[in-house]
This record gives sequence, structure tokens and C-alpha cells, in this order.
Amino acid sequence: MNQNYGWGLPVQASSYAGKLDGSLFLLHGVMLLIFVLWAFYMIFCLIRYRQKNSSRALYSHRTPLSSYIPDALMLIFEIWLIFFVGIPIWAHIREDLPKEETSVALHIVAEQFAWTMHYPGLDGKFGKQNPSLINADNPLGLDENDPDSLDDIVSVNELHLPLGKPARILLSSKDVIHSFFVPEFRIKQDVVPGMNIPIWFEPTKIGQFEIGCAQLCGTGHYRMRGDVIVQSPEEFENWTKSKTKS
Amino acid sequence: MQTEHLESHQETFIRKWVFSLDHKTIGLQYMFTSLIFLLFGFSLVLLMRWQLAYPGSALPLIGSYLPDSIAAGGVMHPAGYNALGAMHGTIMIFLGVVPLGVGAFGNYFLPLQIGARDMAFPRINMMSYWIYFIGGVLMLASFFVPGGAAQSGWTSYVPLSILSPGQTIWLFAMTFLITSSLLGSINFIVTTLNLRAPGLTWSRLPLFVWAQFVTALLLLFAFPVLQAGAILQLLDRVAKTSFFIPSGLIVGGAPVEYAGGGSALLWQHLFWFLAHPEVYVLLLPAMGIVAEILANGTRKPIFGYKEIAGSFCFIGVLSFMVWAHHMFVSGMKTSLSYLFMTTTMIISVPSVAIITCFLLSLKGASIQFKLPMLFALTFLPMFGIGGLTGLPLGFTPTDVYLHDTYYVIGHFHYVVVTGSLIALMGGIYYWFPKMFGRKMNEFWGKIHFWTTIVFMNGIFFPMFIQGLAGVQRRLYDPTVQAHNLVVQPTNVLMTYSAILLMIAQIPFIVNFFVSIFKGEKTEDNPWQATTLEWACPSPPLPHKNFEKIPTVYKGPYEYNVPGESSDFSPQHLP
Repeated sequence: MNQNYGWGLPVQASSYAGKLDGSLFLLHGVMLLIFVLWAFYMIFCLIRYRQKNSSRALYSHRTPLSSYIPDALMLIFEIWLIFFVGIPIWAHIREDLPKEETSVALHIVAEQFAWTMHYPGLDGKFGKQNPSLINADNPLGLDENDPDSLDDIVSVNELHLPLGKPARILLSSKDVIHSFFVPEFRIKQDVVPGMNIPIWFEPTKIGQFEIGCAQLCGTGHYRMRGDVIVQSPEEFENWTKSKTKS
Repeated sequence: MQTEHLESHQETFIRKWVFSLDHKTIGLQYMFTSLIFLLFGFSLVLLMRWQLAYPGSALPLIGSYLPDSIAAGGVMHPAGYNALGAMHGTIMIFLGVVPLGVGAFGNYFLPLQIGARDMAFPRINMMSYWIYFIGGVLMLASFFVPGGAAQSGWTSYVPLSILSPGQTIWLFAMTFLITSSLLGSINFIVTTLNLRAPGLTWSRLPLFVWAQFVTALLLLFAFPVLQAGAILQLLDRVAKTSFFIPSGLIVGGAPVEYAGGGSALLWQHLFWFLAHPEVYVLLLPAMGIVAEILANGTRKPIFGYKEIAGSFCFIGVLSFMVWAHHMFVSGMKTSLSYLFMTTTMIISVPSVAIITCFLLSLKGASIQFKLPMLFALTFLPMFGIGGLTGLPLGFTPTDVYLHDTYYVIGHFHYVVVTGSLIALMGGIYYWFPKMFGRKMNEFWGKIHFWTTIVFMNGIFFPMFIQGLAGVQRRLYDPTVQAHNLVVQPTNVLMTYSAILLMIAQIPFIVNFFVSIFKGEKTEDNPWQATTLEWACPSPPLPHKNFEKIPTVYKGPYEYNVPGESSDFSPQHLP
């Protein structure tokens, strides 16, 4: 079976996967602690204060200040979490887009039910697209007459990337909302028709990783999968050369 | 007053049982209808669970009887799976839990607990039930129209929902259901404001009434937004407008025939502006019931009455400011997520406060483990799990991974099923004697309780495991994706737990109906409770509830008051 997956989180294969997992572990540790403390207290009370003979309950309307401690601790923890963990990580994974010169730039177009990767090729420019040219062999409607499109690479359901460089991807959809999800990279972003949404990640392992669609997109949603193929820089260059038409 | 006038006539069967103006009859209508819808919605997901455990296999026994829109030739197909999923969610929320918590319990017990003879607007009350009923029938009918039922999730995200079959009837039905809720909420608010018995100040209200009051305000302010959104989506479908259709859509290789220029994200904002407060509508009445049963079963005043009532209100207000935590990865401006993460984490604090107060209510108590208490006590750790698992979902970095996975499904089912539904069942056992003058059978009740809680956990706990492994939601066949394979055996465990959970409801259903006619007769106040609903006969007098409107002299949970010989001190006695 695929070594990337097990009973817990998948293997970490991107530069920020570890940070994200760190917050997952932190949160779950705190959740477990809270639950165990509450559970112990509850079981203690159920045994200690069960009705015995003619025992009378303690009548009181007092709410001592100490009863606010759990609420206060929770608030303090959450404020710390938001400002010292949450906002920095979120800003990093969403807004720290890498420089174009040192990243692999491409477009990914989602449709019912496939992922089409569009690389600009050596000239770094994406060829023009014309919706009326769309057919089974030309899912993006690339205009062959546009010189920029001559070295473009179109790959369906296979996202090739080199190790050591971040990928800068612009996501768009032809029809409905999809969602680009690669579990091992800890990346997920809805792909919305009418919008071009930038994402980035940097693969840290060579191998094959699964793309799933994480937003219900129709009857083929369950089978809308693809593969990310992370290769050494040389192998990626070979692949690029082999797919370039001219 | 109008009710006195009615009393002096012999009512026709139709007036007494079908178009009744009596809040108690309307409450029972809501109760029976919502319980039937809960059973139906549960059956739908059982079908799905078979497909998840054994993808592509023929459904045993009932496979050949299912309509073609769900399973042609006895094997479920993807469109059918998606339809069952969308309808399960819709039915459970809008036809099941909310009508039970608000329509049934709220209608029956709000007037009683405030010492009123009926709701402020009995005719509007009756209308709200029948409009709900029509909405429910429309939803059921949607299975049989060409194209079948809605299949774009209960969330009805555009453009998929506009381009897919089944959504038109769903949208129509939603407008009815929303109207029913709006009418009901106006009634609850005015009734609570105006019809409280003499001496019943706000600080003497039972927490159940506080919960229903805040819930009604949530419904009133949140639903109109979805009503508008639903109408806009309906127009996009039938009038080919483009409120939600962006320009340039190409479906199946061909451009769609829409002018375009709309926004897909706009629907999400309109939907979640309602749907987030809606989850507190699912929760608050149940918390109110837990408070009532806990006070009664611990024989002491609830700890932190003011804190709990205040937390209900704080949750109510804050629930309008968290909706976009459902949209962290939606493509909305990323800086908006900072705001919504903050408000979402903060809304967990009043929930922590409420659970803390409920737990502290056990300290120094004299706990009676009556049947309703088993349910109320179980609510605490179960809601604990549900609420705590909300934290990594509300925290944006972790939500990136967990969004739209089974972790989310596990989270909300823990809150709504092992939380709210368990509390509502406890409410049924608790208030059954008041509604019917008889008790439900204790032995079968305990069997129902233990089996239910074990099997519920068997279904929902593995969902967290699946979610952490990255298994997405709404997958007709999870085995197509490699990262779902290792945890696929949990689907089998969950499916058998679900089947056993269904079987475990049989003693409950039988107990309920048999006890209505043959249950052990009880006196007016079998639980020795203090709140006003126990100060009238069981069942209460038709149309007027109380022989004489009670006067309230004290708070709602005066148990074991020092110096009194009895361990409970009813509100209406000086």
C-alpha cells in the first residue's frame, strides 16, 4: 500500500506541512486535556454527590469568582493561539507568495471532472485561450495561432513539479466550484468559476501525491482525482522538454 | 378572552385535532411530524452507509424497491448518493431537529412555563405548523419529480445547484419552511415578552424559556437573509437570471445560456449568514432542556443561572459574526479570515461557560439517576467532544486541512446527535408525563438509552479518524482515492453501528406509543419539579392550561431550600 498514508495524518511533503501539523497537535493536546479534566470532575461528582438516604443537596446561588477560571483560561489560550500561531501561519501559507523568478508558475483549471495543468513553457507566457476552441483534445481552448501558446504545456490530471522550487499556481474553474486538495502538502483551496485564485506551496519530497477534489462538484466528484509528481530538477526538465511541442 | 369562548362549544374533530389553535395540540403535531421526519432522514443515510461500507454493491432487501433516481437495478449510483446526502441533511435539520426542539417542545412548554393560557397568536401558531407541513411534503415529493431530489448538498452551493436537477422544488420547499419558522419566532418573542404570569420576572424565568427566546431571535434575524437568497437562486434557475452565475461558464464543453456577471461566493455569504445561527437554533433548546432536567435531578438550583442566561444571549449575538468560518478556503479575501477566526474562537468561551456551570451544578448535589437524567448527563461529555472538535475547524490553519473532510461531519454530528438529539430524547422522557398523564416504561427507556449512546459513538467517533487521514465529504465511493484506503474498514464499523442504532430506536418508538395508552398513570408532578408547567394538571386543561393563572413568588429552581421540609419549592407557591 502507498507509504504516504496510514491511520493518522499523511506524510508531510511540503515546506509548511510541519507547521500546520504542529498546530493540529497543539490543539488536540489541549482538547484532550480539557476533556479529561472535565470527565474526571464529572465522574467524581456523579459518585460523590449521588443521592444517599436522606442527604440534602447544598442550596446556594453563589457563583464564586473561581468558577470563572476555566472560561478565562480558555479565552487567554485562544487569544494567544490566534495572534501568535494562527495569524502568522495563515499569513504565511496564503499571502507569502514566492517570487515569480524563483518559482514554477502555472495555471490549474478545474472542470467536471478533471484537473488541467497549464504551464507557460520557456517563454514564461501563457498562450491565449478561446472558449469556442474547447474540445476533447484542447480542454483549455488554447489558440494555436497565438505565438505564446507554442511552447505551452497542457497536462491533464498530472501535475509535475521539481523538488526545491516553490510552485505558484493560479486556480480557476470552467463550470462549478471545485477544491484543490493535496493531503500530503496540507493545501486546500476552493476553485471558483469567475475567480482566479493564487496559491503556493513548496514540495519537499520526491514522489507521487494525490490530488482530490474537496468541494461537491457533481456526480463525478468522488472520482475527480489527479497526481502530483515531484521529480528531481533534471527529471522535471526532461519532462518539460518531452512535452514541449516545438 | 378568545379561549374561554371556544371552551363552551363542542369542537369538531377537524377543529380539535387538525386545525387546532391550542398550543399543546400544535406542539404534539410538531412532535409527531418531526419524529417521523427524523426516522425518515435516518433511513436515507442508512442507505448511504451501505454504499460507503460496500461501494458498488447491491443494497440488500430493499435495493430493488428504490426509485431509479436513487438506485437503478438495486445498486446506488452517484447522483442517487448525492441526492440522499443533500436530503438527509436538509430533512434532519429543517424537518427534524428544529421542529422538534422549537416547534414541539417550544410550543408545548413555553406558554406553560411562563404561566400563560396559550401563545400570543394562536392562529399564527396553527399556520406555522401547516406551512411547515406543506414544506415537508414538498421536500418528500422532490424524490418523485423528473430528475429526482436535490443533489447539491443541503448547502446548495452555486453554480452546481443551479445547473443540477432537483433544486427547484427544494428551494420552493425552503421558502415554506423559512416562512413557518419566521411566523413561529414572532409568536415566541411576543409571548415571552407579554404573557408572563404575575411575578415572573426575567431573572425568574426557567433557562428553557431563555433558550427558546434567544433561539426565536436568531431565527427572526437570520432566516430572512436565506429567504432572499433562496428566491434569488430560484430566479436563477427558472427565470435564467445570473445573480450567482459568473460570466463565461462552460459546462460539458458548451457555454451556459446565462448573461453571467454574478458571484458564486455571494450565495455562500447569504447561506451561511443564516446557517451559522441555525446551528445554535439546533443547540440552544436542547441546552435549555438539559438545564431543566439537571436542576430537577440534582435537587438544587442550577449553578450560574445568570451566567448561563447571559451566555445564551452572548452566543446569540456572536453567532451573527462567525459565519465565514465556513468559508476560510472559499476564495474570499484571505484577510477576512483573521476576523472570522477571532470571532469563532471567542464564541467557544460562552459554550465553555455553560458546560462549566452545568458541571458545577453537580457539586454538592443530591443526584437522582432518573431516566431523563441519564440523557441530560450524557449530553455533557458528548457535547464536550462536539464542541472541542470545533476548535481545529474554527482555527484557520488547521481548517485548511480539515475543511470538507469527515472531521467536520464528526464534529457536527457529535453536537447535534449525541448532543441535541440526546437532550431532546431526554426531554421526551421528562415531559411525557405532563403531555399524556402517564409515564414511559423505565426499563425499556434504559435499554434505549444505553444502546443508543453506544451505537451513536460507534458511528461518529471513527469520523475523526477518517478526517485526520484526509477523507473528504460527499464521496460516493471513497475507495477511488488512494489516501482513503487505509481507513476504509472504519466505514464498515460505522455502517453496522448505524444499523444497530436504528434497531435500538424500536423500543423507544414502541414505548412511546404504548405508553400513551397503557403507560403507568402519574400524578400532576411526578418528578417533584418546581417550574410552572408542573402546576397544572397532566395533561393540562384544553385551551386554558391552568384553572387559575398562577402567581410566581420565587426563582425556577428552588430545591432543598434551607428551613423547608420538602426538598422542592414550586415557583407558584408563596
